[in-house]
Amino acid sequence: MSEITPELVRHLAGLARIEVTEAEVAQFASQLALIVDSVATVKVAVNQDIPATSHPIPMVNVFREDTVKPSLTQAQALSGAAESESGRFKVSAILDED
Amino acid sequence: MSLVNKSASELSAMLASKEISSVELTTAQLETIDSLNPRINSYLIVTHEVALAQAKQVDELRARGEMLPALAGVPIAVKDNLTTIGIETTAGSKILKGWVPPYNATVVEKILAHRMPILGKTNMDEFAMGSSTESSAYGPSLNPWDLSRTPGGSGGGSSSAVASMQAAMAIGSDTGGSIRFPAAVTGTVGVKPTYGAVSRYGLIALGSSLDQIGPVARNVMDAAMLQDAIAGHDDMDATSLPESLGSMTEAAKNDSVKGLKIGIIKELTGEGFQAGVSERFREALDLLVQAGAEIVEVSCPSFQYAIAAYYLIQPAEASSNLARFDSVRFGLRVMPEGSATVEKVMAATREQGFGPEVKRRIILGTYALSSGYFDAYYGSAQKVRTLIQTDLAKAFEVADVLVSPTAPTTAFKLGEKQENPLAMYLNDIATIPANLAGIPGMSLPVGLAKEDNLPVGAQFLAPAREDARLYKVGAVLEKLLEAKWSKKMMDFAPKLEVN
Repeated sequence: MSEITPELVRHLAGLARIEVTEAEVAQFASQLALIVDSVATVKVAVNQDIPATSHPIPMVNVFREDTVKPSLTQAQALSGAAESESGRFKVSAILDED
Repeated sequence: MSLVNKSASELSAMLASKEISSVELTTAQLETIDSLNPRINSYLIVTHEVALAQAKQVDELRARGEMLPALAGVPIAVKDNLTTIGIETTAGSKILKGWVPPYNATVVEKILAHRMPILGKTNMDEFAMGSSTESSAYGPSLNPWDLSRTPGGSGGGSSSAVASMQAAMAIGSDTGGSIRFPAAVTGTVGVKPTYGAVSRYGLIALGSSLDQIGPVARNVMDAAMLQDAIAGHDDMDATSLPESLGSMTEAAKNDSVKGLKIGIIKELTGEGFQAGVSERFREALDLLVQAGAEIVEVSCPSFQYAIAAYYLIQPAEASSNLARFDSVRFGLRVMPEGSATVEKVMAATREQGFGPEVKRRIILGTYALSSGYFDAYYGSAQKVRTLIQTDLAKAFEVADVLVSPTAPTTAFKLGEKQENPLAMYLNDIATIPANLAGIPGMSLPVGLAKEDNLPVGAQFLAPAREDARLYKVGAVLEKLLEAKWSKKMMDFAPKLEVN
């Protein structure tokens, strides 16, 4: 049986910066337990001496000329932001007050 | 026959000979959309003004005698995970509701350069996570063959639009089958080109090592013309192939399969496949044999691990790709109660902005990538990816193309698999290996299953960069089937009541 507990779901959601409700935690824990049990079949390969494929069509050293090309203006780059100020993205405090 | 029932290649010829104008065609197309889309929900947004302005422009250029690309004036639908300047782009998610991108995807630039009017943006599972469009934040699209069923996913907006004459062609994207499965269940043609054949710049990423943009159409020639229009190297995509794969339009003119070796994938036939699906699939192969092709059986034993590897690699890549939806640069921002740090804003935004399937996959991907589990899950999945590539390489030593049904069943009922994510995932058994290996695949309609009168698709696979082989065999099979039926696949479709 898989190791997906409600505590683990809460921890993973925290890492992924997603608030989750208690109902979601319970639902995801049971659904992910089933999914993880099912995908665990890949472990058959874990100790085999096989190279890992991260990219289907290998390419190395993909470079292009370092030339200046037209790009977004500052206003365009900020156009989708929830909030901006002085030409910058505006966010809430980085650190908690307490 | 109404203009909207014609294929893109027919329309292209009519436009070139000035028998019709693009404005006339685009107007007819928009009228069909206005009457059908409220029921079928293929389009999230219909861009009447944009399409008509582009149509008018192409008519003016033609009147002046300018040389125009083959598809100039033929309107097209674009999946909503491709960025479009000035047109809302949501990828089927609430988190991007109202977002108007400041840049175009390369494929969109190419469509504009080919002077194809853009009809609108098509519905999809949220961030392309799903096989039914049911995870779209804007409700599912319906299958024009049976409105109680799914048009497939994630590209069910594009497939249902093309199948219901709301567009002659559309753009899709395929990470684990999102072009091919919707094609199979709607009686249309869908192609996932070789990884890197079409630029992914401006495609809102799901699994970057798996995603590929491709054509959705009503016949093989149309798909070929569209692939030719959107393919090619792009400096903006580091994984874009440097070389051209040749003309798919030329390949689609092929009329012979004599001596072609077609490999049936043992693991993707028989058990687990609906009887009516297997029956139509076998009949299609018989036609190819009668036309001179040779059938060989090939075995790809590692395919049994393909879904498992895919549902580790794809959520892992997605969890990383979707980190960009952080409430800062674009999309939704939700302010939590109490003292709001940037992290809390991010978490509250992602809680409200993402639907359950997206959250599930981000959490699964985070798990697969976390230390202590990495080797067992993500690392093993990458090794399985190598095993699958090796199996395919061996199979292509004895066969020019491989074949299987595209999906185990015909279109399933909306709601049928929604509570059981694992059942939904199993649907992708035949399409996933091509994404893991980066090879091209085509789904072609081969008739209706006896038990439910719904479309069945056959999937052809070719080695990387050999996309032309798919069009060669697809064109011949399509001709053989149409001769046998004395009609086209879409002539079997039920007539939809127009509002």
